[in-house]
Order: sequence, then C-alpha cells, then structure tokens
Amino acid sequence: MENPNAPHEHHPALQHHFHSMAQQLEASVLGMWVFLVTEVMFFGGLFMAYILYRSLYPDAWLAGSQELDEFLGGLNTVVLICSSLTMALAVRAAQVGSRKGQIVNLILTIVFGTVFLVVKYFEYAKKFEHHLVPGAHFDPARDPAQQLYFSLYFMMTGVHALHMVVGIGLMLVMLHMAWKGRFSAEYFAPVEISGLYWHFVDIVWIFLFPLLYLIGKHH
Amino acid sequence: MSHISSKRLFYTIFVSLIILTGLTVFVARQDFGAMNTPVALAIAGLKATLVILYFMGVRYNTPLTKVVAASGFVWLIILFGMTMGDYLTRSWLGFPGR
Repeated sequence: MENPNAPHEHHPALQHHFHSMAQQLEASVLGMWVFLVTEVMFFGGLFMAYILYRSLYPDAWLAGSQELDEFLGGLNTVVLICSSLTMALAVRAAQVGSRKGQIVNLILTIVFGTVFLVVKYFEYAKKFEHHLVPGAHFDPARDPAQQLYFSLYFMMTGVHALHMVVGIGLMLVMLHMAWKGRFSAEYFAPVEISGLYWHFVDIVWIFLFPLLYLIGKHH
Repeated sequence: MSHISSKRLFYTIFVSLIILTGLTVFVARQDFGAMNTPVALAIAGLKATLVILYFMGVRYNTPLTKVVAASGFVWLIILFGMTMGDYLTRSWLGFPGR
C-alpha cells in the first residue's frame, strides 16, 4: 500500500481526493451504477403501467401489438446488439491503449445508434398514417382501450429513443476525447461509464421488443 | 474495472444475444397459452444478464457495485409485486369499481 501523503508522480487525471487510479475508477463505476438504478426505476414505472393495463385489457394489447412491424423491431434489436458489441470493444480498445480501435468502434456505435433512430422514425410515421396515435385522430373503428396500448408504446419507445439521442451525444464527446488521445490503460473511466449507459439503453430495448412487438404473434 | 475481457468473449456474447433474439421471435409464434409472456421474459432476462455480466463487466466489479446493480432489479420486483398484489386482489372484497 503506497503512502498517500508521500510526494509522488501521479496520473494527471487522478483527482486529489482519490488514492489511486484504480480507486477512482471504482468510485466512477459505482456512481454510474447508482444512476442506472434510478434509470431502472424510471423505466420500471412505465413497465408497471404496461403490466397493469395489459392485465386489465388483454385483448386491446394483442390487437395493438399486431399493428407493429415485427421485422423493423427485430432489425432494431439486432442493430442495438451490434452497437453494444462495438461499445464493449471501444472500452477494451481504451484499456489496451489502441487509439484507432477506440475511434473505429465509437464511430460504429454512433452509426448503429443512428440507424436505430432512423428505423424508429419510419415506424412512427406509419403509426401516424394508420391513425394509431392516441387522441382525436385515433381510428374510431378500433376499441378505445387500444389507445392505452399505443400511449404506452409511444411513451416507452419515445423515452427509450430520447435515451438513444443522449447516448449518441455522449459517444460524440467520447469520440472527441479518444481522438485527442485522452484515454489510456490507466485512464479510461469516461468511456467505461458511458459504455455502461449505452448497454443499459440496450437492455431496456431487449425487454421492449418482445413485450411490445411479439405478444400477438401466436394468435 | 481494470479487468480486460478478451475479444473472443465479446464475440461469443454477441453471437449468443443474436441467437437468443432469433429464439424469442421463434417462440412468439408457438402457442404456450398463458406461458408465452413468461417464456419471452425468461429469454429477455437471460439476454439482459449476459449484457450486464460481460458487456458491462459487472462480473469483474467489486461486491459493492454488484449489490448496487442488483438492488435496482430487487426494487422493481417490489414495485411490480405490491402493485399487482393490490390490483389483482381488490375484487376479492366484493367492492364495486375493482
């Protein structure tokens, strides 16, 4: 154990209130997880509403789900899994000190995230065309209870997409830092915890895909 | 943390996630009656676990971080369990309006 009071050379990114880079990274990761727990609870409220209203209006849920495009939902699931792989590889590249690996994988992550949002745009446009958006223009031939399903569809996928936009913004900052050569085997906490956020957003979609797109497929 | 996973591990997790995505699409077409959603959630839970343990590296984190990461999901179970325990049992008392 090194003496923290002894004068010594240390990494420029080490804040004075930490003993070592390892301890600083541990604190960053723990802090990020505390934030992610609040995010779990944030999305948890929406999943709670989903469970409750699905149990009250099961038929509206099946009919609503059948209007979603399973192919586009599945495509976006694969796109997000690809982005999680490139994200994990970007963190690894920082750990092994590969600037090129960081830049390539961060750009790929941003590209996959953007593809996801573009697909989502076309899905939303179709919902507007088909009068599936809750409110005054909702298809009057449909059971009004289906508006609950579509309200939750738009809210859950909408806040998820908002998280994707924030994530892409974070990745642009990480790309800038990686470009400047800020990350090394000793210091990669920013890309590590941004990666935790990105993977969390992927996990939310892993649950949204079967619960929104696939529930009516066996009927 | 300072643990560096091999690329091979990341590719293995990636392929597993893609296969499980295909599996969830496949089982959605089978009629398991009331079990369709639990089966879909079990597959989604497995996928989420793979992402958390390996892509997020929680497996290599300190015990404190593991407990904090798990706590979010424990609170979710409390949220879902107590709310549904309320709604699903209201009719037992025979009061109007559920």
